[in-house]
Amino acid sequence: MSTMTQTAVQVYTVFIKATPEQIWGAITKPEFTAKYFYGSQVDSTLERGTPFRGWSPDRAQLWADGEVLDSDPPRRLSYTWRALYDEETATEEPSRVSWEIEPQEGGVSKLTVVHDQLERAPKTAENVAGGWMYILSGLKTLLETGEPLQV
Amino acid sequence: MTCDHLVTYSLSVDDDDRVFKALADPTRRFLLDRLFERDGRTLTELESELEMTRFGAMKHLRVLEEAGLVVARRAGRQKLHYLNPVPIRLIHDRWIDKYTERQVSALADLKQELEETA
Repeated sequence: MSTMTQTAVQVYTVFIKATPEQIWGAITKPEFTAKYFYGSQVDSTLERGTPFRGWSPDRAQLWADGEVLDSDPPRRLSYTWRALYDEETATEEPSRVSWEIEPQEGGVSKLTVVHDQLERAPKTAENVAGGWMYILSGLKTLLETGEPLQV
Repeated sequence: MTCDHLVTYSLSVDDDDRVFKALADPTRRFLLDRLFERDGRTLTELESELEMTRFGAMKHLRVLEEAGLVVARRAGRQKLHYLNPVPIRLIHDRWIDKYTERQVSALADLKQELEETA
């Protein structure tokens, strides 16, 4: 096994007191993503093979571009991803983002984000490492309190 | 406070307890540092850096997994371990931000006061 493959995968997980449907909505609806995903608005029909995009808050700039690979509401969503918000990451090859939602006992769901295929996107890998924990923490706060994280 | 809030509160307190307990051990912090350097390692790789038995290393990894600080994923026949920093971020948001927020608002008040008297 090469070192390359290992560093090219990032895994994040968080337990949220919310239903899988609520979490699915928070991931796929722009009015929600605007509150925890650096203000960006998701834009996708979620059909396989169609674009998966993220716009700046004023919708003037395309911050992220990709294609839906797999969509199984409310359990699994996977898409390719290019970070266009940064000059250096914008030129890299697309990576892959997968969201997995598993219901647990007591009205809690386990949300896992796997960001992989980062072999040819080392700058993106570096760029998103801190971002995901901020995003997932914000998503948890939003769903559990109804309020965006105060920063 | 509603019942629902209480449930959420005790849930997060239990989670915090597990994280603090997991972090209270130098071997476990060492394991997290190794995973921070390079993610996605097998038990065999991690064990080779520790002066303890495979069983001992497994026990520490299990505590880290239960606290959510390490996530294990299967890749073919291997079980790879990943550092999950989200619980640490949650503790940061829960405890640290409160104090920085107060500092920021104290500075904002000071600024307003100085400007008003100027």
